[in-house]
Amino acid sequence: MTNIIHIGCGAGFASDRPDATLRLARSLATRSGKRYLMLELLAERTLAEAQLRKQLDPNSGYASRLFDFLDPILDICLEASIPIITNGGAANPQAAALSLRNKLAGRHADLKIACVLGDDLLALGQAHFQQWLATSDLPGELVSVNVYTGADGITQALEQGANIVLCGRVSDPSLAVGPIRHGLGWAFDDWQKMAIATTAGHLLECCTQVTGGYFAHPGIKDVPNPANLDCPIIEVSADGDLVVTKAEGSGGCVNERTVKEQLLYEIHDPRRYLTPDVVLDLGQAQVELVAEDRVRVSGIQGHPRPEKLKGLAGVRGLWFGEASISYAGPGAVERASLAREILQQRFAQLGPSLTPWIDLVGVASLFNDQHGDYLDKRLACPPVVEDVQVRVGIVDENRQLIEQLQAEVESLYTNGPAGGGGVRRHLSESITTRDFLIPRSAVQTRLEWY
Amino acid sequence: MNTSITLADYAHARAGDKGNILCVAVFPLNPDHYQWLKRELTPERVAAQFSGRRPASIKRYEIDSLQALNFVLEGALEGGVTRSPGLDRHGKSLSYLLLAMQLPPPA
Repeated sequence: MTNIIHIGCGAGFASDRPDATLRLARSLATRSGKRYLMLELLAERTLAEAQLRKQLDPNSGYASRLFDFLDPILDICLEASIPIITNGGAANPQAAALSLRNKLAGRHADLKIACVLGDDLLALGQAHFQQWLATSDLPGELVSVNVYTGADGITQALEQGANIVLCGRVSDPSLAVGPIRHGLGWAFDDWQKMAIATTAGHLLECCTQVTGGYFAHPGIKDVPNPANLDCPIIEVSADGDLVVTKAEGSGGCVNERTVKEQLLYEIHDPRRYLTPDVVLDLGQAQVELVAEDRVRVSGIQGHPRPEKLKGLAGVRGLWFGEASISYAGPGAVERASLAREILQQRFAQLGPSLTPWIDLVGVASLFNDQHGDYLDKRLACPPVVEDVQVRVGIVDENRQLIEQLQAEVESLYTNGPAGGGGVRRHLSESITTRDFLIPRSAVQTRLEWY
Repeated sequence: MNTSITLADYAHARAGDKGNILCVAVFPLNPDHYQWLKRELTPERVAAQFSGRRPASIKRYEIDSLQALNFVLEGALEGGVTRSPGLDRHGKSLSYLLLAMQLPPPA
């Protein structure tokens, strides 16, 4: 009988749904054969935020919702021998491991927790980085430097018996490549196989985006029970067969459309997608619905993994401010447009160095641009809308100036067009990121056990 | 007579971001329309649709085996998720800016 392994993904980002993770763990537990559960909890900027938390509290710095996902599934996964692999260790996998031990308070004493370390290069210092970063001067304080490492550390941890693998920054698909290499004994330099494993990881990494999330369009692309999407499971066989399916029992769907959309998601050149584990070639890829909620992906090619790894540096120094005021009823578009003109004039008087972004939500916002070109085009032939929000967005290093411009929006209560209401203001730090390339040899991953 | 169609009635699409780069993958709802899509959904027309975003470059990748076109627009996200002052800093909604395009109908 062909050896088939099952990898489920229980989270595609930090704000995902833990109740779906629990349904996934239960579903995996009913399957036979080797099973793994991965949790993807980091975005490009979340690691920098985690690093800042760690600076304030050395016992913090892992994904803040890590235990929302882990707590409900731990007993199920340990009982069914399903290893859990996550990047939720973020800036501090060791603290996450210690926190897990504390929570268990002696339960599951034989549990093996592995931390995969080595991605965090912040300690090397800013001077060290100038050689890798494209620019010689950073606009602000460097708060995080991490390298997207591959699956090697995860595979090693699983081979040494880890029940839980806590990583920091690791390439998202590697969260599946590690288990697949472990489960099927595939070699890291079998590029064809690594391409299949990476495709599995790529399809899983955004969780429900392959099972009907980020997908529904009523009447064109309908999704059953969209309030309770099931998490995806991918079955991979020793001979390289790959089938995408999902946990049973609730909502969502897996079909050729959901799989195609996710297969090309955030891929630039589909014939040359660079990951730490392989250069993936989807140029000949095919998808085929083989049964309800079961889609086979084939025709995947691989080329030797790149010599350089991608890194990401987080830099402080910018602020993001928003402010809005709204108009409704007859003439709402005209009054909102007048508010926009007043604001443009006031901003030019107060902060000529800044050109805030202004939307008329209801007329043009999501598709709008910094210069308001799209909005102006829409206003040339205004739609009939009776509820419009004037939204101002500013990103700048001068926090005080942003606050002053936000106050200008609020001042429209008494100084603006008739019937302006519902002012909202928001200001937060905006950590920017810079990517860079670093020789593979400069990064050493290592394991620590807890 | 205006005979153009709205792309959303003939195709589906998904947008993704990496830094300041937007990618949008587009697929015909009816597989028979792939050649039409390839012919009509040109990089030039997409550039015109996204002109407000002033992208530095537009590339179109064709994946015939998936009946898919993948558009990569560099510099189209106003700085991307950590720098853009816009409402949709990721550009997640921009698949529908593409699907709002008016094209000559398939034969």
